[in-house]
Amino acid sequence: MHINSNVAISDSGFIFNPLTGDSFTTNPIGLQIIEMLKNGLSQQKIITEITTKYLVESSTVEKDLRDYLSMLNSYQLGEYVN
Amino acid sequence: MNKLPYERPFIQKLNLGVMNKFGSKTELEPCTHIDGVPVKKLIEEYGSPCFVISEQKIRNNYKNAVRAFKTRYPKIQFAWSYKTNYLDAVCNIFHQEGSWAEVVSIFEYQKAIHNGVPGDKIIFNGPDKSKEDLAIAISNNSLIHIDHFDELYDLVELVQGRSLKVRVAIRVNMDTGVRPIWDRFGFNYENGQAWNAVTKIMSHPELDLVGLHAHIGTYMLVSSAYAVAANKLCDLMQQVQNRWNQDIQYLDFGGGFASTNTLKGAYLQASDVIPSIDEYAEAITATVLNFGFKQDKLPTIFLETGRALIDDAAYLLGTVVATKRLSDERRATVMDFGVNILFTSFWYDHQISPAQHFSRHSENMTLYGPLCMNIDVVRENVMLPLLNKGDQVVVHKVGAYNMTQWMQFIQMRPKVILIDMNGRHHVIREHESLETMLRYEHVPAHLKTISL
Amino acid sequence: MSIKPSVTVAVSGLNNIDSPGPGIPVIRALKESNFFNVRIIGLSYETLEPGLYMRDLVDKSYQLPLPSAGIAVLLDRLHYIHQQENIQVIIPNFDSELYNFIKIADQLKSEMGILTVLPTLNQFESRQKSVLNDFGKKNDVKVPFSKTIFSVNELLTIEEEFNYPLVIKGKYYDAAVVANFSQASHYFHKISNQWGLPIVVQEFVTGTEVNVTAIGDGEGNCIGAVPMRKLYITDKGKAWAGVSLDDAQLIAITNQIISKSKWKGGCELEFIRSNDGYYLLEMNPRFPAWVYLAVACGQNHPEALLKMALGYPVKPFQRYDTGKLFIRYSYDQIVDMQQFETISTKGEL
Repeated sequence: MHINSNVAISDSGFIFNPLTGDSFTTNPIGLQIIEMLKNGLSQQKIITEITTKYLVESSTVEKDLRDYLSMLNSYQLGEYVN
Repeated sequence: MNKLPYERPFIQKLNLGVMNKFGSKTELEPCTHIDGVPVKKLIEEYGSPCFVISEQKIRNNYKNAVRAFKTRYPKIQFAWSYKTNYLDAVCNIFHQEGSWAEVVSIFEYQKAIHNGVPGDKIIFNGPDKSKEDLAIAISNNSLIHIDHFDELYDLVELVQGRSLKVRVAIRVNMDTGVRPIWDRFGFNYENGQAWNAVTKIMSHPELDLVGLHAHIGTYMLVSSAYAVAANKLCDLMQQVQNRWNQDIQYLDFGGGFASTNTLKGAYLQASDVIPSIDEYAEAITATVLNFGFKQDKLPTIFLETGRALIDDAAYLLGTVVATKRLSDERRATVMDFGVNILFTSFWYDHQISPAQHFSRHSENMTLYGPLCMNIDVVRENVMLPLLNKGDQVVVHKVGAYNMTQWMQFIQMRPKVILIDMNGRHHVIREHESLETMLRYEHVPAHLKTISL
Repeated sequence: MSIKPSVTVAVSGLNNIDSPGPGIPVIRALKESNFFNVRIIGLSYETLEPGLYMRDLVDKSYQLPLPSAGIAVLLDRLHYIHQQENIQVIIPNFDSELYNFIKIADQLKSEMGILTVLPTLNQFESRQKSVLNDFGKKNDVKVPFSKTIFSVNELLTIEEEFNYPLVIKGKYYDAAVVANFSQASHYFHKISNQWGLPIVVQEFVTGTEVNVTAIGDGEGNCIGAVPMRKLYITDKGKAWAGVSLDDAQLIAITNQIISKSKWKGGCELEFIRSNDGYYLLEMNPRFPAWVYLAVACGQNHPEALLKMALGYPVKPFQRYDTGKLFIRYSYDQIVDMQQFETISTKGEL
């Protein structure tokens, strides 16, 4: 997923989308995922990063990541790239 | 390197008009133990879902209610309302504390007898008592609370000409200022029905009118309604005394005291608005005391409080089956318990706590039960932490009506556990199984075999 | 000249929007006090309440949990805010939060030393719409005859007691004037679907609406009262402009209500002046959003309330200017995203 370049993200987890005018909050792990997406990491790589760092099954992360990305997409914060 | 605890990623649009999170933390406070026993351990041992009842809490509730009334009035008798929760273990806690039995069907009546309650300490209420039921109650010298004229005439037929003194009371309904009026049970006070019933009873020497009974509603939010009811019952009692020189021995005020569960659609939390047991007690006892009866003629006050004594003594433990996203992006969480065993979720917004620690993040969600049925909604809207499949939750204040109104639909009814005064746990009702269901079925011979 | 005593006061109702809350007018009145030097802590429920961002009026703000979260949660939050700010007095201004604040008033004082000037729970309940008849009787004031009903059929039985047109009112909000049974039953269903039962049916009194902002000391003294007639009304029924009136009779009635009910705190009384006198339509248990008009007319009611809270002697106001107008206007504040971020993520600003 590609995070839209004009989206403003602060360290506190506050996100502002200047395109739509909406603002959001995300939790620390969400913030890390957005950072990784910005750095161009693939979904597979993100799952590996998270499972290395956190105590969690990769199948759980896969489900949660799918849901999170769908929300980013629906909030027009990011776009899927094939 | 030690791995960090995981929390699922979460993003929420701001200013959606949902409850802001500042200060709402008690909703997210985990409930990890019940009476000192870890929730995790209970689920491990007894499965999920399961009901857990605290004996300590029941006894404390009962003692507090007795204190509220006895410190205000000399003659008080509680009777446990079987329909609220008729598990034998629960009934016997109340009976050990001194409570009589209040039953509303012959099944409940038999249960009370089976529990060892002496027949003369059973109050037999309810609109459906057959002649056979009445005959049993008569032979046991139980208190029969007559609900309608058809029952009264049945009773007259049974006793007429026999050398008996059957102890009866009438249930009286009335306008206490609270709407809707509960006028479907008993005889109406204002239109003279109650007086007609009394007159009929007094014309039969085999019937001994010993009590008057009012049960003015359920989940009553104003204690003053009980003062109105008390005044009307006292007035009726006085009239009976004046007309026939008959002493009414007791006034039964039924139940209806609210529990701290919040009703759906209520704006404020129930615990902040409902009257305390002391306020109910004050409304009732002050009215009776000040009515002007002589000290030695004061009636005994009977109370059939159910909900307020048992609701907060029971918990339902459950587990997340799945989390999903609805088409409008709302979060939905599917639990392994639903309206099948949590019938009261039709009218309460039950408080639900996670059973393990979470971070401070929470999200708004709909909680569904496991039934394949659209009405199976436990909470339409609730702020809970970021739950995952397998996480456990505790539903609070489920002691009243759930373990009597639960239904067996698709799923089997689960175990009920009692935690005793010493923290030991006991199964007081087994979970049902396929065998439970098959025991009642018969398959005709020609339907016994199939081949597909 | 002596130095003015400094006080920290927490005020809610910062929603100075098209249908405004009384918070900002109350704060304005306090800031202009000649007696106190006031520091204001704003209490908000939404992150877009304009008062949050009015830094010349509001020194610091905190989000509160919604009233529906309950008393325990509210107390927790107030404990936290009190630790930061050492609040001396709280003035709640929302109808929906008053019940909770009245319930915790004693606790606020004993646990945190925070003072309030609020009606008792009995006073608060006695002026609810559904018991207006009793309120009228008790306080010897005319009220439009009203009845609480639970079903449409009851409309038929009350036709003997009422003449059309009638007012059909919801439990909390909404009202409609109806001319016949079919309209009445239409609105009965419409309003009860939205706000639930019961419905209040009220006699329709024709005349001019006049309102009074007043304050009582809880001992039966009316400390101040200023009557106003709305000159222009928004589509939400709120005053856009109004003028203070010279109406001795209305002041007398107000004095009587405050004195008989021993009302404590601020309130707004809504009357209809009809051919046969004044009818009380409603009593709101807090200052109205137009309370600053009273200040401009020479009666600073919020300052009087603060004095009462802190135990200073308060004498009733003897006069006020009549013929003063208030004309409301809106103003677009410019706010940086950062401020919105702070209140949204930290709950304080």
